[in-house]
Amino acid sequence: MNPEVVHNILEKHQQSQDGLISILEDIQRSFGYLPSQALQQVAEESGRNLVDIYGVATFYKSFSLKPRGKHLISVCLGTACHVRGAPSIAEEFEKSLKIEAGETTEDQEFTLETVNCLGACALGPVVVVDGHYFPNVKRTAVAEIIAKTREGIDKIEVKTDQRVFPIEVSCPRCNHSLMDTMNLVDGHPCITVTASFNRKHGRLSMSCLYGSYNIASEHVIPPDIVLNLFCPHCHAELSGGANCAECGTPMVPMIVRSGGVVQVCPRRGCKGHLLDLSE
Amino acid sequence: MIKLTINGLNVSVEEGSTILEAAQFLGFPIPTLCHMEGLSPYGACRLCVVEIGEDAGAKLVTSCTYPVQEGMKVRTTSKRVNRARRMIIELLLASCPQSKVIQDIASKYNVRQQRFRQEHEDCILCGLCVRMCEEQMVAKAIGFRGRGETRSIGTPFDIKSDVCRLCGGCMYVCPACQLRCTYTEPDKAVCGGCANIAAPCLDKDKFGDMMCYMDPCVACEIEK
Ligand code: SF4
Ligand code: SF4
Ligand code: SF4
Ligand code: FES
Repeated sequence: MNPEVVHNILEKHQQSQDGLISILEDIQRSFGYLPSQALQQVAEESGRNLVDIYGVATFYKSFSLKPRGKHLISVCLGTACHVRGAPSIAEEFEKSLKIEAGETTEDQEFTLETVNCLGACALGPVVVVDGHYFPNVKRTAVAEIIAKTREGIDKIEVKTDQRVFPIEVSCPRCNHSLMDTMNLVDGHPCITVTASFNRKHGRLSMSCLYGSYNIASEHVIPPDIVLNLFCPHCHAELSGGANCAECGTPMVPMIVRSGGVVQVCPRRGCKGHLLDLSE
Repeated sequence: MIKLTINGLNVSVEEGSTILEAAQFLGFPIPTLCHMEGLSPYGACRLCVVEIGEDAGAKLVTSCTYPVQEGMKVRTTSKRVNRARRMIIELLLASCPQSKVIQDIASKYNVRQQRFRQEHEDCILCGLCVRMCEEQMVAKAIGFRGRGETRSIGTPFDIKSDVCRLCGGCMYVCPACQLRCTYTEPDKAVCGGCANIAAPCLDKDKFGDMMCYMDPCVACEIEK
């Protein structure tokens, strides 16, 4: 652990008077977990009490006090995934990786965790590996997912990344189509969601062409604003995606009708995105 | 002064006091467990519930944390209150039947049985020790960790705290343990606070470590 890194993180948050959680999030992002010396250092440098810091660090499931593996496998055990057999999938992962949920393999390759809802119930049972969604996972697919992860999961998206083609998406929560045939963007039916920022709410239409970043918005969106996007049908917030590779903002997942998940960065001006198509 | 009625009696009490303070001042008994004079109210045990409001608006609130309001109507022994209180006592009994404090409360309210699975928790998460350590001993050596089923009390990273003053205040207030070790040498450790004659740590086979959450014990340093 490099104390310098922690020091810089604290420095950054000192100015903005940020809370403890943001500091811990940054530390976890830098080291992959929360090293005990780092917590000690936070206590010393920020004048907070170690008891409080430890309390917060152990309260939230997203913080880990133990080093995590290179790949993070999250198996959703939320209600919808649960009834579709998610527990047996978690079990299969445990068996294949020879670890329990919450543990890391000895070679530091995989960390397995179970989560209680990824907000993508229509995809259930869903497994997320390093931010990539695997929908409708069956027990037999577990070995394949592990193998894919081993050989480098990022290879999957490269295939499709450069092309411009229309995609049809739906809400990961209620599965209603988000396509809007009445309004066209780029000459195609657009993807319409409700966007909110700075207490303004309005319709946001995005081009459905993969690779195009054209949008039409009810309100003018200033650059660098992070939008909150909601499903216009079930009003659930579209959130819970992987962190954007470009800027770190949590991305917005949507289901691709033909099978798969697309995630887009909600920061205005950022072009970060991720597409996983299942065969 | 704030005017309110408690059990039909018109009374006026100082602004800013809690229902519990008002009721106790006027002599209406309300059982408490996680409340202690000199420590900030916490509202963890729910034992001190009272009913406020009328008809459809009536609701149960914890009197130790609820400030009095003008015109408030408080009932400390209504049917609903008694039912809730019994339930809470039963739950407390189920989770920590070995506690003398809880046993006493149960017998006072005539709860002789409970219908839940018996556990022998060594902590009911009342938070008294945490507040004692922070507010009276100004040490802040122990705190809550984790959440839900795995929530527990202890020092960060479970290592012996270097800010703990070994005052024993945390053990003194603990309703689950009540062992109040008065000595710091293991061979003289006598737990005088409860009806058990031997210190459980000296009689491990019999009690296991169910009686004391201190691991390692800050006072006696017996490795469990
Ligand atoms: S013995 Fe230590 S932990 Fe307990 S109240 Fe005293 S200072 Fe706090
Ligand atoms: S250890 Fe005792 S005083 Fe502390 S929270 Fe648990 S029951 Fe309450
Ligand atoms: S370990 Fe033993 S001596 Fe220490 S507090 Fe517990 S019962 Fe008392
Ligand atoms: S005494 Fe009020 S909640 Fe415990």
